Amino acid sequence: MSTPGNETTAVSTQPARRRSLGAWRNPGIWLTLVTVLLVSAWPVLTQKASTREVIFTMLLSVVLASSLNIILGYTGYVSFGHVVFFGIGGYLGLYLMSTFGSSLWIAIIAGGIAAGLLAFLLGKAILRLRGAYFALATIGVNEAMRAFINNFKPFGGPIGLSLNFQVYQDYGGAAKALWLSYYLLVSITVGSILLSYLVKSSKFGLGLVAIREDEDAAEVMGVITPNAKTWAYVLSAILPGMVGVLFFFKNGNIEPTDAFRLHFSIELLVMVMLGGFGTVLGPIIGAAGYQRLRGFLLTSQLFKDIQLSVAGVLLLVIILFIPAGAVGWLRHRFPALRRVLP
Amino acid sequence: MILQVEGISKRFGGLQALSSVTFDLPEGQILGLIGPNGAGKTTLFNVINGIYPPDGGRVIFREKDVTKFKPYHMARLGLARTHQIVRPLNELSVRENVMVGSCFGRESHGLGAATRIADEVLKFVGLDIRADQLANSLNVAQKKRLEMARALASRPYLLLLDEVLAGLNPSEITAILETIRAIRDQGITIIMIEHVMHAIMNISERIIVLDYGEQIAEGTPDQIANNQKVIEAYLGDPKLAERLMEQNNGDTRDS
Repeated sequence: MSTPGNETTAVSTQPARRRSLGAWRNPGIWLTLVTVLLVSAWPVLTQKASTREVIFTMLLSVVLASSLNIILGYTGYVSFGHVVFFGIGGYLGLYLMSTFGSSLWIAIIAGGIAAGLLAFLLGKAILRLRGAYFALATIGVNEAMRAFINNFKPFGGPIGLSLNFQVYQDYGGAAKALWLSYYLLVSITVGSILLSYLVKSSKFGLGLVAIREDEDAAEVMGVITPNAKTWAYVLSAILPGMVGVLFFFKNGNIEPTDAFRLHFSIELLVMVMLGGFGTVLGPIIGAAGYQRLRGFLLTSQLFKDIQLSVAGVLLLVIILFIPAGAVGWLRHRFPALRRVLP
Repeated sequence: MILQVEGISKRFGGLQALSSVTFDLPEGQILGLIGPNGAGKTTLFNVINGIYPPDGGRVIFREKDVTKFKPYHMARLGLARTHQIVRPLNELSVRENVMVGSCFGRESHGLGAATRIADEVLKFVGLDIRADQLANSLNVAQKKRLEMARALASRPYLLLLDEVLAGLNPSEITAILETIRAIRDQGITIIMIEHVMHAIMNISERIIVLDYGEQIAEGTPDQIANNQKVIEAYLGDPKLAERLMEQNNGDTRDS
């Protein structure tokens, strides 16, 4: 057996560097980023507020679905209550802005930290549960949080919090503030795609996928599963917390029923499953595709009241016929695409 | 001593799975662990490996008391194992499976070095041409080799092999025994559980026999084959031992 002397380490670091640079040579990730930026530039070029709102909703879903994918797709833990991080971030952000007059920047960062912290504490408590038990616990957490906020006076109880209209003056008026929110969301979206890709192509990501495939075997091979799972959960919570602040800042007010909508969590699951869980591209395509579909359903006479049941049926069909989702299906069908589709 | 097992006991409800098992394992040996089904062999592996904490006794690995350690601690200290029922990471390629072993094992390599080690180890176990296939596309014999490759990629000091020969045909057994000898020759100590008697008699330096969680015999393959207690409890038929020894000698002459 070769002893791990100096010579071996010197040899082994070099390919490591080449590999990490190689991750950036994947055309798939650049293509994805360019596409997202082009789509985001569209409302800026046309200066149309209605297109901006459509793209805003789409990008918001991309961030949430990509983040959810880290715990759901890479690690294999189904989080049914992921919207809790979106809600808690939004609440803390609006609280800081309305009570202490904090700037939007500080509020966004605080929202991200609060969501990450909550995920860390929850991770320590419920990530030891496996399979359906974890999924049930996440629903419980979301419902418990809503009930708690409903009775929490500093956060306005059932009435929630509202931003004084004056707040927007700091950002050059309401119209400008809406555009600012949009630009910030575009940056966070790029960040979420990069994060998803970096996790996927890292050693940490390999450990997560090992946990998804067989947690006991991963443990025997040396993956420190409690830590890996907790960090995956934290990473999947931070960006939802940040966009929560952004969304409710733009909205102007926040209520418990808006912040912790369980069916939004389920729609996020549909997006990830539709695009393909465990891939970088899947949640992006799934989120964009689902929001397009939803926009169409909401405006159609026939479906406008039952658009959520369409989501349910869609989830059923995906799980029955293409469990790997669109991107997963393509990767299986055309193995050559494995290198290109991240 | 690479491993000292001191009075390990383990009870599952009303079943005494292990009672006061004690042995020492010097470096560089192959230790065979045999016994009828349900004798507690895999349980002993699970205790050494950190999957179950023992109810009594101590496990000392490389001069360190590791009794309360988790499997991932053990992996990082240089203990690797294969599973009786293979556990490939199905949706990962064969190479990625082995990289997990290398990335999170004793040497904790980065992805680049892990890729290189994975290719090296896959060549060693004869799976190099399958490196890019998904792990679930392998057959049973190949999956057993994959288990060994993953374990080896962590560069362990001690390797626990749990029935790697079960379900293989004679030519596959011969091939895998060669691989096991080659692993030993690299300086890795091995404990193997096996039911294929002629193979384990042939390859082990020392054998421990478990029966209902009790350690009923310990010694060289010759001593074990002639041990009255073992013959009664395990082999059943005294003539069988003689036949096995003949077969064993025949194998040695062949190789």
